[in-house]
Amino acid sequence: MSEHGGSGLRKETTADPAPGPEILVEQLHKSFGDNHVLRGIDLEIRQGEVVCVIGPSGSGKSTLLRCVNLLEQPSGGRVFVGGSELTHPDVDIDAVRRRIGMVFQQFNLFPHLSVTENLALPQRRVLGRDKAAAGRVAAENLERVGLADKAKAFPASLSGGQQQRVAIARALAMGPEVMLFDEPTSALDPELVGDVLAVMRMLADEGMTMMVVTHEMSFAREVADRVVFMDDGVIVEEGPPAEVIGNPRHERTRHFLARVLDPAAAQVEEGMPPVDKRP
Amino acid sequence: MSGVEAGRTPVKTGMTRRRKRALSRGAQYLVFVGVLVFIGLSADWGRLRNQFAQTDLAQRLFPDIITIALRNTVLYTLSGFLLGLVLGLLIALMRLSSVGPYRWVAGIYIEVFRGLPALLIFIFVGVAVPLAFPGTEIPGGTYGKVALALGLVSAAYMAETIRAGIQAIPKGQMEAARSLGFSHTRAMVSIIIPQAFRVVIPPLTNELVLLFKDSSLVLFLGVTLEERELTKFGRDLASETANSTPILVAGLCYLLVTVPLGFVVRKLEARAAEATR
Repeated sequence: MSEHGGSGLRKETTADPAPGPEILVEQLHKSFGDNHVLRGIDLEIRQGEVVCVIGPSGSGKSTLLRCVNLLEQPSGGRVFVGGSELTHPDVDIDAVRRRIGMVFQQFNLFPHLSVTENLALPQRRVLGRDKAAAGRVAAENLERVGLADKAKAFPASLSGGQQQRVAIARALAMGPEVMLFDEPTSALDPELVGDVLAVMRMLADEGMTMMVVTHEMSFAREVADRVVFMDDGVIVEEGPPAEVIGNPRHERTRHFLARVLDPAAAQVEEGMPPVDKRP
Repeated sequence: MSGVEAGRTPVKTGMTRRRKRALSRGAQYLVFVGVLVFIGLSADWGRLRNQFAQTDLAQRLFPDIITIALRNTVLYTLSGFLLGLVLGLLIALMRLSSVGPYRWVAGIYIEVFRGLPALLIFIFVGVAVPLAFPGTEIPGGTYGKVALALGLVSAAYMAETIRAGIQAIPKGQMEAARSLGFSHTRAMVSIIIPQAFRVVIPPLTNELVLLFKDSSLVLFLGVTLEERELTKFGRDLASETANSTPILVAGLCYLLVTVPLGFVVRKLEARAAEATR
């Protein structure tokens, strides 16, 4: 898909999904009891676009991501992926989820299965591929994330970074149209983050549609087509990374970025002494 | 750190810790030896040997005690265990169901069958079931009845064990499976239950040991000669010969199975502990 179209598409897309956005979120609300986590989110992600969602913890960004494949049931609003409405009561959610890959903060590999089986079993059970075909696709995708040599290993014997790359390969093996990443590097030791980000960068270059909740500002700046800043259940500001991260318009965005990019300096700025919590 | 270095300012208490420990251990050995000596001197070993360890009588028990009694004990136990496992898994899944009545039924079942003595259930199966459904036979005769009684008892325990095993699997496993397009049921069967079973193998093996012993309750069902298991067999021969040697041999036969099984359980537990580290 090319870059033509732009924001004028939104009205037509609900009726005619063909050239529309890959992900479309309309007036999404989500409450947990009295806790109103998402307060009317509108978001549109075009095919091949990489969108990074940033924001302070508790801002609702992970909940937003989880609503896009209905791991959380929205309290209100509509979600479309590839033109079909996930929030429609008659939708076959399992069929829709096959088209959406998801990568979790905690990897969530299946510990009782080998790396190859982690990739092959979902293909066989969900897509009905035979063992040989599933094994072939598994091998291809392990190759893509640079872990062909770990095919027979079990997840427990892998580093966090390797586990996360296997998790990405597992999602890719299902042939998704969209990939969702929920803080994919937050549980990793700093020296292992780079390998995972490199795989994600490769996917972005290949034209995968990606929605990434992340704290990695440098990744967002370099790879994202668009950055969305969320706070308190709403989208405060969105645009190209150079604008949102480089030159934020809103005070809340500036404040958040200052804290993320230079925590110590931000505390001084706020008039608080830079307390070092470590012993 | 308290700031006081142990070596520099020793606290005087009259006795060092090492000395106290040595004294305490010495006292324990003394009690142990005392009890042994008391039993050794006061028991009537001659009569005991006469009553429990007649070798010629013991020899006459073979091979029947193995080919009939031990074989039946194993058969009763395994059939009860299998039925209990299937029923227990079903009840565990009902207990975790989103459908209210399933949860209630499973909850009531577990409370009732954990709260009743196994003997009562044997009597219930032997007497009440034929009364309630006249003309219907429990398939398999005695074997079927025993399997049913043992299965009913063990299902309640196994259901709780399996439920705990399923709940011990992190939520992320179900989420990962669902995000890949697995239905809830498929995710349970392919991802969650296989992992849960690895967690519950040691406690389930323990349950097998308990069942092995509970199979002795067949005694109260009334069985033919060919259907006798270890306890019934031992008791029958003890009263026939007016000597308790068969009881001792039957007991040894139980240990022949339960001790190795117990060893296996400890091995499995150690391995499970290692795996979750």
